[in-house]
Amino acid sequence: MSALLQRRPKADPVAAAPAARTKPSAGNQGAKRRENLAAYGFLAPWFVGLLFITAGPLLASLYFSFTDYNLIGEHSWVGLENYSRMLEDERLHNSLRVTFVYVFVSVPLQLALALALAMVLDRGVRGLPLYRSVYYLPSLLGGSVAIAILWRQVFGANGLINQVLGFFGIQGEGWVSHPDYALGTLIVLNVWTFGAPMVIFLAGLRQIPRMYYEAASVDGAGPLYKFWHITVPLLTPIIFFNLVLQIINAFQTFTQAFIVSGGTGGPSDSTMFYTLYLYQRGFGSFEMGYASAMAWLLLMIIGGFTAVNFLASKYWVFYGD
Amino acid sequence: MATKTTAPATTQERSRAARTRRLIIHIGLIGFGLIMLYPLLWMLASSFKPTAEIFRAPGLIPETFTPGNYTEGWTALQFPFHHYLLNSAIVVAGAIVGNLIGCSMAAYAFARLEFRGKRLFFAVMLATIMLPIHVVIVPQYILFAEIGWINTFLPLIVPKLLATDGFFIFLMVQFIRGLPKDLDEAARIDGCGHVRIFFRIILPLSLPALATTAIFTFIWTWNDFFSQLIFLTSPDMYTVPVALRTFVDSSSQTSWGPLFAMSVIALGPVFGFFLAGQKYLVKGIATTGIK
Repeated sequence: MSALLQRRPKADPVAAAPAARTKPSAGNQGAKRRENLAAYGFLAPWFVGLLFITAGPLLASLYFSFTDYNLIGEHSWVGLENYSRMLEDERLHNSLRVTFVYVFVSVPLQLALALALAMVLDRGVRGLPLYRSVYYLPSLLGGSVAIAILWRQVFGANGLINQVLGFFGIQGEGWVSHPDYALGTLIVLNVWTFGAPMVIFLAGLRQIPRMYYEAASVDGAGPLYKFWHITVPLLTPIIFFNLVLQIINAFQTFTQAFIVSGGTGGPSDSTMFYTLYLYQRGFGSFEMGYASAMAWLLLMIIGGFTAVNFLASKYWVFYGD
Repeated sequence: MATKTTAPATTQERSRAARTRRLIIHIGLIGFGLIMLYPLLWMLASSFKPTAEIFRAPGLIPETFTPGNYTEGWTALQFPFHHYLLNSAIVVAGAIVGNLIGCSMAAYAFARLEFRGKRLFFAVMLATIMLPIHVVIVPQYILFAEIGWINTFLPLIVPKLLATDGFFIFLMVQFIRGLPKDLDEAARIDGCGHVRIFFRIILPLSLPALATTAIFTFIWTWNDFFSQLIFLTSPDMYTVPVALRTFVDSSSQTSWGPLFAMSVIALGPVFGFFLAGQKYLVKGIATTGIK
């Protein structure tokens, strides 16, 4: 990212030259001012959006998190009350636990599957575009209500999974209505959408020069050695990128949990994701102050994870140059 | 003598072994792909089955083929389903136009112009990409309620016009930086202003980035549920995802057939875009990492 932030060379010589010949400083400044004005013009919509849609609301939610705002009456400053309430809110703790289990189980599984298939496909398999498309399709659909509805039925008491199990003479559970398994069905749903990171892995594998593998083969290296000593080290930037992205995404999961549990987070709060609980507090019982405090905790968690990821990346991500 | 006869045999054997291995890999890949797609195919097949039959067997081919699920599902809610499709289409079209205009303008400034505060603003823009919507949704809701925009499409469209999807700005900045600078410098010598350079040179050359933006805006907005659930409150404004959700809530376990039929309809446009824009989609995701 730092490369992107690097300043480009100042005012291009071609445009500045004629003006500079007659009036050295004033003309140059005029051009600069014009460019400044043009830039702010092009950025005007973005500035307005930043003020009213992004940064403004961000600060407002910080403010609301210290109030008892409920959307209807007046609100008053309650200090850290919302935050201390979070410390005692058992359902919130449960929602954090559910969300962490979801992130820590589904993201590694998803990325492992993505990498495994990317490696198989990268070995010059014929029909690669077709396979890639087939595996990628679920990532596009996975977040939709329609797929959540499908999941509800597939893992329901009479659903597809139990029909298949019944074919083998096994009596299955009503997976989505069982507190021990409901979260598992959502984890399966997230793993199912491994196609997006897989495509990114595939692009990364393409960058690894074949001669490294050939040289290792000459030295008598086996496939495992090649994987751990060539593929993984050279792929660490891509692994890192996918990891950061998928963790951020997974923490914000909402639609699937909302639809599969019918908006309740049930059974027994077993699919009460953090965002779902936030929605219930904010838009179910209009405790906007509390919901805002919850949102800030989410921001800190996601920010913390991303920061730790970046810090830890120094020790395991190799940018080959 | 002995070596002459064995040598070709071993290469033949080796190539046969390689062929078998390739075959096994293909069988594995096809089998896995079928498992991946089976739920989708099963939903498609189930949408043509009477509900009772859906519960009986995992097979795909309907014993009794009933397109009736589609007509039943179409009219099962308060409004006919095309009403929700139309609402979704309006929101999606607005979001696409908004993102194309707002993000390309901001991207031009970041990629090609020098101005005070550029580095700071660019860093802020990058930071907004990572901001979870949950943090801003409550004040946004209050703001939109204050100006009377709740239960209109405006909260779903206007922010796009205001370039709040930083991700697409970033994508276009990256793309525009890759365009040769000589072109706009030549135009500038010919006396073109920034507006003309933007419209005549940058935009036409940025078509691939604009197409990627349009495709992903389409898919994300079509699939989006959270913000549409919050900002749209009356059934006549519902979009497809919100309508589907009321369908789930209102219908008991018995009407899976119609529910699946409407779910298939809801996935249709995304699937269509997927088929049509596959090349762009895969290239877009491989180079930029969007889902």
